[in-house]
Amino acid sequence: MSVNIVVPVKYVPDAQKQRTFREDLTVDRSDAILSELDEYPLEAALALREAAPEAEVTIVAVTVGPAAASGAVKKALQMGADAAFHVDDAALAGSDALGTSAALAAAIQHVGEEHGGVDLVLTGMASTDGEMSVVPPMLAERLDFALVTRAGTVEWGEERNGLALTRATADATQTVAVAFPAVVSVTDQANEPRYPNFKAIMAAKKKPSAVLTLADLGVDASTVGRDAAAASVQSATPRPPRAAGVKIQDEGEAGIQLAAYLAEQRLL
Amino acid sequence: MNVLVDLGHTTALRSPDREVLTLARTVAAGGTVSVLTHAPDAAGLAEELGGFDVAVLLAPQDAAPDLSLTDTALLDAALAESGATLVLGPNAAEVTDCFARLAVRHSAAIITDAVGVDADRTVTKSVLAGGYTTTVEPTTELAFVTVAPNAVAAGEAQGGQAPDVKPLAVSASGAAATVTGTQVAPASSRPKLTEARVVVVGGRGVGENFSLVEELADELGAAVGASRAAVDAGWAEHSAQVGQTGVTVSPQLYLCAGVSGAIQHRAGMQTSQTIVAVNKDENAQIFDIADYGVVGDLNKVLPQLIEALRERKG
Ligand SMILES: Cc1cc2nc3c(=O)[nH]c(=O)nc-3n(C[C@H](O)[C@H](O)[C@H](O)COP(=O)(O)OP(=O)(O)OC[C@H]3O[C@@H](n4cnc5c(N)ncnc54)[C@H](O)[C@@H]3O)c2cc1C
Repeated sequence: MSVNIVVPVKYVPDAQKQRTFREDLTVDRSDAILSELDEYPLEAALALREAAPEAEVTIVAVTVGPAAASGAVKKALQMGADAAFHVDDAALAGSDALGTSAALAAAIQHVGEEHGGVDLVLTGMASTDGEMSVVPPMLAERLDFALVTRAGTVEWGEERNGLALTRATADATQTVAVAFPAVVSVTDQANEPRYPNFKAIMAAKKKPSAVLTLADLGVDASTVGRDAAAASVQSATPRPPRAAGVKIQDEGEAGIQLAAYLAEQRLL
Repeated sequence: MNVLVDLGHTTALRSPDREVLTLARTVAAGGTVSVLTHAPDAAGLAEELGGFDVAVLLAPQDAAPDLSLTDTALLDAALAESGATLVLGPNAAEVTDCFARLAVRHSAAIITDAVGVDADRTVTKSVLAGGYTTTVEPTTELAFVTVAPNAVAAGEAQGGQAPDVKPLAVSASGAAATVTGTQVAPASSRPKLTEARVVVVGGRGVGENFSLVEELADELGAAVGASRAAVDAGWAEHSAQVGQTGVTVSPQLYLCAGVSGAIQHRAGMQTSQTIVAVNKDENAQIFDIADYGVVGDLNKVLPQLIEALRERKG
């Protein structure tokens, strides 16, 4: 028995720095990192592998994006993924989630052909830039896999042919059973992602990593990219910064002053 | 334009539902508004929908036996029934999941987290943690749009007629997960975080003594929120987390203590009307957006504030 896990990863602008739109109304990715929310599914995949060596887990990271996005798969390999694929094709520029998910789904099928099937696709709960959370359900729909979004805990199911999960809804916690093949998105509550150590960083350099074009995947280039997008961004305007107000130093009376402020603002 | 509103598993209207229904009534501009609930027992909901000019309430005959698959089929059936070209819903995972799947099935646009939708379906949304406002247009005949909470003012129900309830029978085949257990969170006596007029939030700086934040919240009749650091430390439930991976709040008063104001936290609270922050570090980022900042030790300031509030109440 073996279990093949694909983790789609995204290269996104670093939220700690100033994030901007470019003139073509796409987000500037020149100062990018692996989306932090993609570290959680990677960690979940590694934890599944470590919990059951006999399951022979293979973890493959896949990214869709321009040349710089190779940074995302590099980090994934350093964290512990076994192999990586990077779909890089000029025709993908300006794709919306439909286009990106089509390319990702094709790449996942490609992994399946090379590795004897894909059992599980583990994703983050959202990207830290687009924040739409639509790619996981889109992948489930395209691949005809079962779907569980926003899993807060991830464990093997009884037979190791699926997973036992929990997820929080607006007012309850659900326990969920899912059989492979499945797409599961995990939240930032799921685990504590590891930092790659020096040994892992060196080992990553020897791992297989391949670049694919849309033609390699059999995806018609006219179905992706800006011209095929179903949602088209018309404008992007920086929001005026919120003006800072009054700042007082506590000299022993700040609690009383604050109560007076709240009363004056009619907030009590 | 005909509009379909998907309220997820709602059996009683909450404020995000009312906001979406208000928006639907406006953009439909004379077209019909149909509403879908995924919960089988819909009679009470129909009563509540009376004031929102809803033509029909579609509801399933039975609860879905699986996660996502049957709910998606139900929305697809409702879509065919309604003839809608715009499908709206609150920005909740269960709704987004169905929308995204059908966006693939129908090659239709999906736009999430709208803060506004025009009659020509142009969507306004806030992106990059509130750093930019974008306008997005669907290029397809059908579009799915989820609406951010607290972005549209919920209109008053106008005392119209309750819509007819039309049962939908669907079956779906395909791979799906099953829910094996549900634990409902115990009801809190405090207001709901996303709907509260006042929210009091504690961060890592609060330390073990999180009850100080709760005490202040109760004094103000407020909901309690937390930063991720406070949740990770186990001082508050994850459902209390405010921010990018928690909930978004937009209360009249947001008061935080021991919160540094990281970008991911600000993403969930910066549209609050009045922001008050207590932090001992005068350079904390939270002060950049605070209307009233107190540089000081929260262990001194909060007890004194609570005392002063009690005195004012007399
Ligand atoms: C992908 C991602 C998603 C995230 N999502 C969220 C999210 O949804 N919500 C969220 O909150 N965070 C989120 N974070 C985490 C975020 O980056 C910060 O780490 C977190 O918000 C910090 O919480 P904090 O302000 O409580 O703690 P800190 O940043 O440690 O700040 C503690 C503050 O308390 C002050 N303080 C300490 N003692 C006292 C005292 N006695 N009196 C007064 N002040 C005191 C300190 O000066 C400091 O400013 C996310 C991070 C990532 C990478």
